[in-house]
Amino acid sequence: MKLLSKKSLSSFSILPEIIAILLAFLISALILLFSGYSPLVAFSALFRGAFGSKNAWGQTLTQATPILFTALAFLLTFRTGIFNIGVEGQFLMGAIASALAGIYFSGLPAPLHIALSLLAGGVMGALWGLIPALLKAYLGVHEVITTMMMSYIASYLTSYLVNYPFKAPGWVAQTEPVAKSALLPKILPPTQLSLSFIIALFFSFLVSFFLFHTYLGFQVRAVGLNPEAAENKGIAIKNRQILAFLLSGFIAGIGGGGEILGVHGRFVDGFSPGYGWDGIAVGLVGKLHPGGCILASILFGMLRAGGMTMTRVTKVPLDLSLIIQSLVIILVAAPYFIKTVIMRRKDL
Amino acid sequence: MEIGVLFNLSMLQATIRMATPLTFAALGGMFCERAGVVNIGLEGIMLNSAFWAVFATHFSGSPGIGLLAGVLSGMALGAILALLTVKYYADQIVIGTGINIFGLGFSAFVCQKIWGSRGASGVVAGLPPLHFSFLDKIPYLGPLLNNNTILVYISFLAFILSHYFLFYTPWGLRLRAVGENPQSADTAGIDVHLYKMIFVTIGSTLAGLGGVFLSLAHLNFFAWGMTSGRGFIALAAMIFGKWTPVGCFLASLLFGFADALQMRIQTLGILPPQIILLLPYLITILVLTGLVGKATPPSDYKPYIKK
Repeated sequence: MKLLSKKSLSSFSILPEIIAILLAFLISALILLFSGYSPLVAFSALFRGAFGSKNAWGQTLTQATPILFTALAFLLTFRTGIFNIGVEGQFLMGAIASALAGIYFSGLPAPLHIALSLLAGGVMGALWGLIPALLKAYLGVHEVITTMMMSYIASYLTSYLVNYPFKAPGWVAQTEPVAKSALLPKILPPTQLSLSFIIALFFSFLVSFFLFHTYLGFQVRAVGLNPEAAENKGIAIKNRQILAFLLSGFIAGIGGGGEILGVHGRFVDGFSPGYGWDGIAVGLVGKLHPGGCILASILFGMLRAGGMTMTRVTKVPLDLSLIIQSLVIILVAAPYFIKTVIMRRKDL
Repeated sequence: MEIGVLFNLSMLQATIRMATPLTFAALGGMFCERAGVVNIGLEGIMLNSAFWAVFATHFSGSPGIGLLAGVLSGMALGAILALLTVKYYADQIVIGTGINIFGLGFSAFVCQKIWGSRGASGVVAGLPPLHFSFLDKIPYLGPLLNNNTILVYISFLAFILSHYFLFYTPWGLRLRAVGENPQSADTAGIDVHLYKMIFVTIGSTLAGLGGVFLSLAHLNFFAWGMTSGRGFIALAAMIFGKWTPVGCFLASLLFGFADALQMRIQTLGILPPQIILLLPYLITILVLTGLVGKATPPSDYKPYIKK
């Protein structure tokens, strides 16, 4: 039992996260009560809509998939001490590149076409991530503002592309549909859940393996944990951070591509309700670990998928999901608050 | 098409109108950053204030009460941001992101409850335009400045007072010290945490005024996500303005002009609006890279842990 000393428990425990999530639901319940809704009815509809049937599960996992990609992208950079809040931009740029590759590469067999289209998304995402990486490495520009601005640029740029040069005829701002050979197969029909989910799980495994079982991954983590010590050991910090940015953009880009090829079949303007921003939250709620991110992305997928059912059945506004989500983010980001005020711990 | 259409009086009036919410939010962001806290949550704070201003006006019938509600809403979210980031060392970026999502969700939630639609509220009484007869006598400037709502004049006052406060008063000096070098400020006997919390709250309140302008002066109702990125544009204006009140004001005028231009061009259909909409973000990156003058933030934004 000595191994499970108090100290090791406190540093590895996910208790503050669980308390934060429960507290977020509690505050949301109070908001519901004040607005004249029954929290019990609302939450049970939410959970039924998220996990109550095969369809519900399909919806939840479909929503969780892009968030898992963006969370992995976020945590890779965070592990090297970089705050990449531009995942949304990398995700969108990847999505548009995959959509265009899906439309314009033609005559390829399906597996090859899918692989090429996803790769196009990944490369585009990586390039989008490379810009703030180089600005940071060589001009010393802090990445938080640049990545955020890059996200907005990506959002307007892709909107421009699907409103003008690549717009399909009709009223909706969207591209032509991608070729049939580029569509990712659905794995739980009739739900939208596609192979993209499996790819996301595979990437979780890859990221985990990279970070914890390769020398390069060890170096990446060392740079994040203690840059001075890493530099003394001869690790080139800049290189590792650029690498992390590239990998992060690549994964976010694949995620964007997966969403296009798996769910929408074309790039529709404004298709992302902010999956990249969700990824930041999920990365943190998942304690910057791929395994944790899988669980946290299912939590966020549940809020999105279950929220729709809740609104239909109980008339509680859909935005309750956003409120819960924001409270989870805020409370999980304030562990010191949770530990001192809620858990009354003094040993910190 | 004549280019003159873009530079006539109504265009300049529109520029002032569109610059006002940005000026408030950029000044607000500046106070937060001067205190050492990045306020990514400006967008959500503005949006929530825009909503509560309409909410209070709807039930009281008075846009003055609405204005007050918007101010209080900004203050409340600012106090939460301040408390969590300063006293409990929570990450500023994440809390700000959370506040943005909260602002979007909460305003739409209550909007649907009251008006039955998350898209838009009903129309309420807006803030009345003020008329100063002495301005009539001034050519050009007179018609440009006259007949605006009180918030426009407050925004002018706010940037002048902020400039005076920041650079010509002892409190301004202390605030700058708190952001630039909290250690020395602490040694000099300044209550670093108190200063940070007060100015993050004040900054967020200013941003709230920007939100009120959108819902009680620009439009007379609340619409879903009606800030549409202005909180982030304000951050960009703050950086472009090099974290000074005068700079914030001028940058807000520039981006306000871009916003007015974007609306005009949209109706004329000569250039895709998205391209103009992304310009402020692009300019900000160029500013940060030092291509358009060097931008050095006033703080390293690390939480200050009291010994």
